[in-house]
Amino acid sequence: MTGSPARAAASPGAGEEAASQARLTAEFEALLAEGETVEPRDWMPDGYRRMLIRQIAQHAHSEIIGMQPEGAWLTRAPSLHRKSVLLAKVQDEAGHGLYLYSAAETLGVDRAELLAALHRGQQRYAATFNHPALTWADTGAVAWLTDGAAVINQAPLCHTSYGPYARAMRRVCQEEAFHVRQGYDLMKALCEGTPAQKAMAQDAVDRWWLPAVALMFGPPDTEAAGGDAKTAALGAAVSRRAIAWGIKRHTNDELRQRFVDHCVPQAERLGLTLPDPGIRWNEERGHYDFGPVDWELYRGALGDDTHTARQRLAHRVAAHEDGAWVREAAAAYAARQSGADTAGTSTEAVA
Amino acid sequence: MSRPAEGAPASWEVFLRPRRGLSHQHVGSVRASDPDMALSHARDLYTRRGEPLSLWVVRSDTVYAASPGERDPFFSNAPHKPYRYPEEFVPLSEGGEGDD
Amino acid sequence: MTETVTGPARQGTDAALARYAVRLGDDALVLAQQLCGWITRAPTIEEDLALSNIALDLVGHARTLLALGGRLDGTGRTEDDFAFLRTEREFTNALLVEIPDGDFAGTVARQLAYTHHAVLLYEALAASTDPELAAFAVRAAKEVAYHRRHADDWVVRLGLGTAESARRMRAGLERVWPCTAELFEEDALVRGLTAAGAVPAPGPLRERWHEEVAAVLKRAGLPLPAPKWHATGGRDGLHTEAFGPLVAELQSVHRQFPGGTW
Repeated sequence: MTGSPARAAASPGAGEEAASQARLTAEFEALLAEGETVEPRDWMPDGYRRMLIRQIAQHAHSEIIGMQPEGAWLTRAPSLHRKSVLLAKVQDEAGHGLYLYSAAETLGVDRAELLAALHRGQQRYAATFNHPALTWADTGAVAWLTDGAAVINQAPLCHTSYGPYARAMRRVCQEEAFHVRQGYDLMKALCEGTPAQKAMAQDAVDRWWLPAVALMFGPPDTEAAGGDAKTAALGAAVSRRAIAWGIKRHTNDELRQRFVDHCVPQAERLGLTLPDPGIRWNEERGHYDFGPVDWELYRGALGDDTHTARQRLAHRVAAHEDGAWVREAAAAYAARQSGADTAGTSTEAVA
Repeated sequence: MSRPAEGAPASWEVFLRPRRGLSHQHVGSVRASDPDMALSHARDLYTRRGEPLSLWVVRSDTVYAASPGERDPFFSNAPHKPYRYPEEFVPLSEGGEGDD
Repeated sequence: MTETVTGPARQGTDAALARYAVRLGDDALVLAQQLCGWITRAPTIEEDLALSNIALDLVGHARTLLALGGRLDGTGRTEDDFAFLRTEREFTNALLVEIPDGDFAGTVARQLAYTHHAVLLYEALAASTDPELAAFAVRAAKEVAYHRRHADDWVVRLGLGTAESARRMRAGLERVWPCTAELFEEDALVRGLTAAGAVPAPGPLRERWHEEVAAVLKRAGLPLPAPKWHATGGRDGLHTEAFGPLVAELQSVHRQFPGGTW
């Protein structure tokens, strides 16, 4: 829904503007302090709106780009059962993208603008998906590890402060949790299969573990987690702001730890080795220790200049451009139809 | 919001009756350039699980809404009218004072 | 049909019905494979969703029909044996579903032809003397009725949309129409089953199909193609050259891991 956000609920004169802003900000902060939900037509600070648009758009783009590594295996799924499962999963991802674009649109942006920003490389998506899905087992590893990381990242967002985002996330999380089980199930079948199948599974985990740990949770935002001081400080500042606004609820490093704690026993049950010699149970902390992520390496390897990154975006842009004539035809048809029945009346949209 | 260019994909609100005995509930929105497309997209997006009974789509810009600037005049008249709430009145289980 | 039957083959109606079920299963499987190729490349994200929904239903149809084929022919072959371990020559889908359809308009044209045929066929098959096939047809008819709606809507939108979309739609129809007659072909297998009351006679289906698609095309302002030739051969495993790569892609992972379980 594209309700025009009420940027100014009051219409202050020039002199009163500052006072009015302060009052509105105080009301907004009070609403958040009470744990209330912010709804589309509430007044909200521009920074809050911008942070939300950026986060929701990035999230939506990740769903859409994230369809590619798995979508490429739809035609090659090795059983008709797995083909059905993968189709349903890729379809859910398209659905998640759509829920999230709708949520972003309640903030006064248009999906077309967001897609254009993605296509120009101005808005990001989860860099995890810039890894190539090289074998069938990759579809399992992506579902188990990447979606597993996403669930941990996203579960708290079901209670994020912005109503439409929280509602979209509740739908997303319900479906995503079940994708993780699908991925685990796929990996389990491979591990119980022939030695060649198990080797394929291990190879996929070797390649997808670190991207999930590193990239799905973002850079470190606590120094204790091995971030260099500057990165950690920057990350911490962003996280603090997002947490204060109730957009985010935990630091990246807290969530990363939770993910590792979930995965280690699962990998053991599968008989797969996670490619991190630093993983061991720490009795004192009550958590698994794991090796520090080499952020410089990741930044280098996952800029825009990898083959897969370029291909992901090029694929998306090509789909959009190749489909332009179809969208134009649909618009022309609709214009012709509505010209035939009613002249449009101009009313304000609901948010 | 100004109405989108004629024929450009518009936003549609989606309402679903999840099962008998319930009213249609707002579940989200879709973008579509015509009503049939809106209905198809709503079906594909919001009924992948479960077996709903009925689906409505309504163009978002035809929903006429109270302005947030007028929230107080619209909605602040209820709380201080205690006689509109049951707690205001003696429960049916209570006896009369002069009953003894 | 050139299939090598590994078990003791059953005779009579069951064996014939098995071959019939596999034909329809192959149609659904190959069409699903084509639609899978659209996903992440569709004109809108909503269409990614719509086409994957249709593909998902079709894979479901293929699974039921191929498994039924393996039961009826006495070989005990599974759905996956049929899908992944036959050669191109052993597939018996109609050519309509295997030819490259060019662009979205070609896909829509093929969907128009296939879905109208499938709804009519499945509705009639619901009265089959074979209870399993009848039960399948009842369920599948509902699903393909939705696919038909999707196809009809797009034919009309593209037909009445822009000059370019109408041109592409006409080209798409021209491309796929020579392959539509094969859907209604009446060979010895179909004649035998029709006589036994197990499957509907194609003649009346074809007439109704023709009326229905002509009505949709009329609404869309598009001419009904009148091809001067008709492609045939799919039911006998005589496919187009494009079919080999399609089957190779479908089967690649499965064949790379002999003895694998999935």
